[in-house]
Amino acid sequence: MTATEQATSGTPAPAGHEAGHEEIITGCDAVAQALRLLDVDVLAGYPIRPYDSVMSAVSKMIANGQMDAEFIVAESEHSQFEIGKHASLVGARAFIGSAGVGWMYGMEALVVTASLRLPVIALVGNRALDDPGAFGVEHNDALMVRDTGWLLYWVESAQEALDTTLLAYRVAEDKRVMLPCALSMDGAFLTHSQHIVRVPDEERVSRFVPPYDLGDRRFHPDNPVSIAPQFNEDWVMEARRQSDAAMRRARTVIGEATADFQRLFGREPEDPFVDAYRMEDAEYALIGMGTVGMVGKVAVDRMRAAGKKVGFVRVKWFRPFPRPELRALLRNVKGVGIVDRDYSFGSSSHAGVLYTEVTAALYPEPRRPVVAPFIAGLGGREVSVENMLEMEDSVERVTAAGELDPTCQWIGVRGPATDPRYEQGENPRTAEGGAR
Amino acid sequence: MSVGAVDITYRGIFQKNLAGVITKELVKAARHEDKIGGTVQRYGDSPERNGIPAKQFSVIADDADSLRVEMTKYEPSNVVVVAVMDDTLTKGVESWAWYGVRPINLNLAPGGTLLVISRRSAEELLELIPRREYAWNLAILPGEPSFGGLWVYNDDGTDYRTMGAVSRVAGDLVSLDSLLAQAASGQDGELRAEQLREGHDSVRAYPVDAGVGAEDTYEPVEMPGWTQMREGLVIPAVPVGETNPLFKKYTTRTARPLVKFDACVKCQICYTVCPDECFIPTPEGHWDIRYESCCGCGICAQSCPVTGCIEMVDEAVFDSNEPLHGVYENNREEYEELRQDKLAKAGGPIPHYGIF
Repeated sequence: MTATEQATSGTPAPAGHEAGHEEIITGCDAVAQALRLLDVDVLAGYPIRPYDSVMSAVSKMIANGQMDAEFIVAESEHSQFEIGKHASLVGARAFIGSAGVGWMYGMEALVVTASLRLPVIALVGNRALDDPGAFGVEHNDALMVRDTGWLLYWVESAQEALDTTLLAYRVAEDKRVMLPCALSMDGAFLTHSQHIVRVPDEERVSRFVPPYDLGDRRFHPDNPVSIAPQFNEDWVMEARRQSDAAMRRARTVIGEATADFQRLFGREPEDPFVDAYRMEDAEYALIGMGTVGMVGKVAVDRMRAAGKKVGFVRVKWFRPFPRPELRALLRNVKGVGIVDRDYSFGSSSHAGVLYTEVTAALYPEPRRPVVAPFIAGLGGREVSVENMLEMEDSVERVTAAGELDPTCQWIGVRGPATDPRYEQGENPRTAEGGAR
Repeated sequence: MSVGAVDITYRGIFQKNLAGVITKELVKAARHEDKIGGTVQRYGDSPERNGIPAKQFSVIADDADSLRVEMTKYEPSNVVVVAVMDDTLTKGVESWAWYGVRPINLNLAPGGTLLVISRRSAEELLELIPRREYAWNLAILPGEPSFGGLWVYNDDGTDYRTMGAVSRVAGDLVSLDSLLAQAASGQDGELRAEQLREGHDSVRAYPVDAGVGAEDTYEPVEMPGWTQMREGLVIPAVPVGETNPLFKKYTTRTARPLVKFDACVKCQICYTVCPDECFIPTPEGHWDIRYESCCGCGICAQSCPVTGCIEMVDEAVFDSNEPLHGVYENNREEYEELRQDKLAKAGGPIPHYGIF
């Protein structure tokens, strides 16, 4: 049983967990619990839903004397992220976070945190980008940093949120990596929903994550250094190549850290990069990220019960992208459906970001499956089991038809799949007498 | 039963912690029966705003797949209990502007129980609660709405009394024994046990047949498809002097301003301070109130310079949102009788109501 399954099924904890205790907590609370266990030194925050309930949880723990940390509420996300960056630079274990356009507003501070190779951990409570103002989940916010040297992870359950916060600090602070990591959590569906969670004890956590040590990069009077000078064309490319090397090494470190985690916390071994559900002998597969995994697995159970050979793959680490795992899993699959809870207007197939990444990952395979793109669940719209069945059905259809470049389908959007008048620039609403 | 849910409908922000405790503890108690569960929050407007109707759900299941499905929905299905923390909410909830004012029992499962904390009788409440096409139960837990602080929790026992009542009306979902076992494992176990038993024993349930109750006027708001919407996120503005026909705001209200027009000095202050443009001028210079748009903030009553002219009165004693100046114009004595009647039913005006 995977950590995820345990979190949503509530089965008794494995032996290694005996020292921990069970709580019913939200995804945000679970991250806050991990921050307490990790004895994080500096937390910076600026409120925006749905990420901000982690701020409430942390301030409560500090007020109750359960946690000893500097908690700075800044005047904006930009300042908040700068505070995290500078704290990390002087040797403090730091935490930041945001959601939607708040994450965007601090973008400059986010990219410099990555280029300065500072292992700040962020929580992104995934939220639709404004406008329109909406609280619901879309993955575009966190994805905006996908090319900048941030490690990215999407969790499915509150248990995974707690576990991955521990894992994120361990990986990010590893000398071979030293990159920031953003943990993404579906707004509302996970940030504000409570799950059954096993909270481990501090002693075990401190064995898993050693103290933060920036070494000779630490900004301190005893270690006189100047950081982030103007570089220009003679130096930039070399610095980028170093970040590239760090991101490549992250794969090894994630593998080691996950194995260690499973051993220390008594979890069943599972793939560090992807959550592959009933993929053995699968002829068709659906792929998604975040809480869509919950319905994905139920849909697979139903289809398997009906005799269909279908599996679900949840991408956990998005950066580094799990190309080897996906190639191995999808090599013998006939058709694949990608469930993007994001959009990339004007991209290949006018589909989402995950589709673009998965198809690129599969390109070197001599025999590639048909890959069908879907966009679903934008702005917090529900993705139901029925939606998943509908997508799988569509995958089978385009595979049977041998379509190599299936049209991207919007699942759950109100209105027709397409409208020829609309495509020609006419607004059917106007044509039918409505105001433009 | 493989999965069932309890809906706690409450008012933000002063009941948010209350709803949080109930939903969490119900799941913890169900763990004593080897069940699994989780909780879901649901709101459109912010539950950090005063009066906003909002919901929290406990989802309790026997198996992982059932739970997973419910945890990814806006609102879980098979709601076997809707527990209402404030009886003025029985008039309907509208924290989801784009759905209109929805009946309090809209998603109640057939045969389920609407549990209301109230001092009113079943007959009085059924004048407010819409009928359903199936039979259901109305349960009343005697009590006043419990309000805590923004961060401070009002530990008055309402949480455990409500849980005790839930175990009485939905013992299959979570039993009193499990609640007692869970309470015994925490602080103040004996006090909690007493409150659980009190809630369990004092709740009164009344079967309600299909078709019994107030008229159900709810019509879901029609939402256009993507080719039928204006581009660029443009929507029509509400014309000056009119109000949004789809977003009423009145379900946020626990009390409404009632005007003694005879005392009015026509100063216009109420009109000036009202954040929702509820005050409509009458030809003689009074200000009538468009109750459909009134959120019950009380700033008009607070700002009115004449003592006893605008008073805030318990919302539950009113059954209509029609403006009242017409009654006054028709017959001043009749209006004064109506006003006195409402005040008497409500036990007088609510003192010190407004923004401080």
